Amino acid sequence: MRPDQSIIQQWVKPNERVLDLGCGDGSLLQRLKQQKNIYGLGIEIDQPEITECIRKGVNVVEQNLDHGLSNFPDDSFDTVIMSLALQAVRHPDEVLAEMLRIGKQVVVTFPNFGYWRCRLALAGKGTMPVSDFLPYTWYNTPNIHFCTIRDFEKLCADNHYQILDQRVVDHDHQSSWWMRLYPNLLSEIAIYRLTR
Amino acid sequence: MPETTPKATPDNTIPDDSVGIIVPQTMHFDEPLQLSCGRTLNQYELVYETYGQLNSDASNAILICHALSGNHHAAGYHSTDDKKPGWWNNYIGPGKPIDTHQFFVVSPNNLGGCHGSTGPASINPESGEFYGPDFPLVTTSDWMHSQARLADRLGISQWAAVVGGSLGGMQAMQWAVDLPARIRHAVVIAAAPRLSAQNIAFNEVARQAILSDPEFHGGHYLAKNTLPRTGVSLARMVGHITYLSDDAMGSKFGRELRTETISYDYDAQFQVESYLRYQGEVFSESFDANTYLLMTRALDYFDITEQFNGNLTAAMAQTQCKFLLVSFTTDWRFAPARSVEIVNALVEAGRDVGYAEIEASQGHDAFLLPIPRYQELFTAYMNNIANEVSAT
Repeated sequence: MRPDQSIIQQWVKPNERVLDLGCGDGSLLQRLKQQKNIYGLGIEIDQPEITECIRKGVNVVEQNLDHGLSNFPDDSFDTVIMSLALQAVRHPDEVLAEMLRIGKQVVVTFPNFGYWRCRLALAGKGTMPVSDFLPYTWYNTPNIHFCTIRDFEKLCADNHYQILDQRVVDHDHQSSWWMRLYPNLLSEIAIYRLTR
Repeated sequence: MPETTPKATPDNTIPDDSVGIIVPQTMHFDEPLQLSCGRTLNQYELVYETYGQLNSDASNAILICHALSGNHHAAGYHSTDDKKPGWWNNYIGPGKPIDTHQFFVVSPNNLGGCHGSTGPASINPESGEFYGPDFPLVTTSDWMHSQARLADRLGISQWAAVVGGSLGGMQAMQWAVDLPARIRHAVVIAAAPRLSAQNIAFNEVARQAILSDPEFHGGHYLAKNTLPRTGVSLARMVGHITYLSDDAMGSKFGRELRTETISYDYDAQFQVESYLRYQGEVFSESFDANTYLLMTRALDYFDITEQFNGNLTAAMAQTQCKFLLVSFTTDWRFAPARSVEIVNALVEAGRDVGYAEIEASQGHDAFLLPIPRYQELFTAYMNNIANEVSAT
């Protein structure tokens, strides 16, 4: 299991209603269903991923996150998850607000653009960072809204969102003491648990 | 040179991926059926086809529900002379999404139909005359109860799945809501929770075309040995337009003419006119006018929220089965948004659901056509059902 998924799993209680935005192949929801007996629903736009969810027997609805989430009533889910998709939506602030409206708690993970390798690429080479983890060039990337950990926390503070937990990991989803010491510089992926 | 008729295949053989030559069967029912309209049908027959083998615990049975002008002949051929296979041959057969190696498929003609099940064109045994307009208006709920009796007779206490497109998808929903213990999965394709005013309006135009045909004779045309061909043909033409997308019609016909120049009269000059007229004429010879009126009315009356004060979530909360819903991007008869209404209600009710919106240019008719993504998704879902069946 991916360590970020095991972190997320700790935050989900048995029998919860869980909404996973950009659920991919549905493996997180499948695991949560098996281990916590949740009612899960995945939202996905990628066609092969949707078929894969169906194959796994994971609930999935084809829906474009950029077209809004107004079809979900207030507080209709216990946990709303978005794993590594925030940077790919057109209006991350609006999506985050919607997630907090729909869910009692929100779990969001995103790539930290404050990571030292990103800074080095920009400061040193003067080019947009390209790595194995973020393999796209600037003109063909689906990731259109990069932010740093500091940026994200400012957005939360400006909107009075409560940060319940913060975890930081590298691209292998391993954490260490030095990442926790200087998260914005040394961690590649940030995992947040929020509430209104 | 003698004219030859095109055959199933050039050498008169039946394709390997088909269920082969199928003989329709008939089941007679003597127990009176209480109908939604308040009337009772004392006896009736259902004609149906089956494909595949029922397993020992009768857990692999799939009910196929047909659409407005459909019938029991969903797959395979009736003879080697057939030009075309059944209407859903793309999706039912060995190795196809509804795999007849795995499932026992039951495909009945709806009550009130005109392809063998008791309907307006049948003889009323009590009077010895055609039922004609005296045949009661039946609803999706009546169809469900008649199909449930057929299931009883076949020894099927619970369907592995009830599957249908368009009006067929609405019947699958009716089953899921009204007989929840008798269905494990519902596959609802290109459907809606109820008709919109626009849907009803198109049905009304179709009905008025039939009702105003002088050959209709108040529905007693068969007794007068005639057919309201003009009316049924017009009804089919307007219906057919709603099954296709603007794109599909554009790419098929465009503004193409049948002649080199326009002739400044009202003959069929555009290819699309000639196509619609031909479709209408063929249909008017083979489809009973009273059945067409009845089927469109059953569509108009269908409202899965009827007993729930219009609350779709409350209706979906009655269900116990899992759902697959599919819509098509260019379908404007039952647009994707209509399927999404059902999906949202199912999610709110905490029911298991998969939903995909298939990119397709063909409009409502897409549900009948072989589209790779639709086939893959449908296969994936049906495979899970097959695995559940074999695990029990």
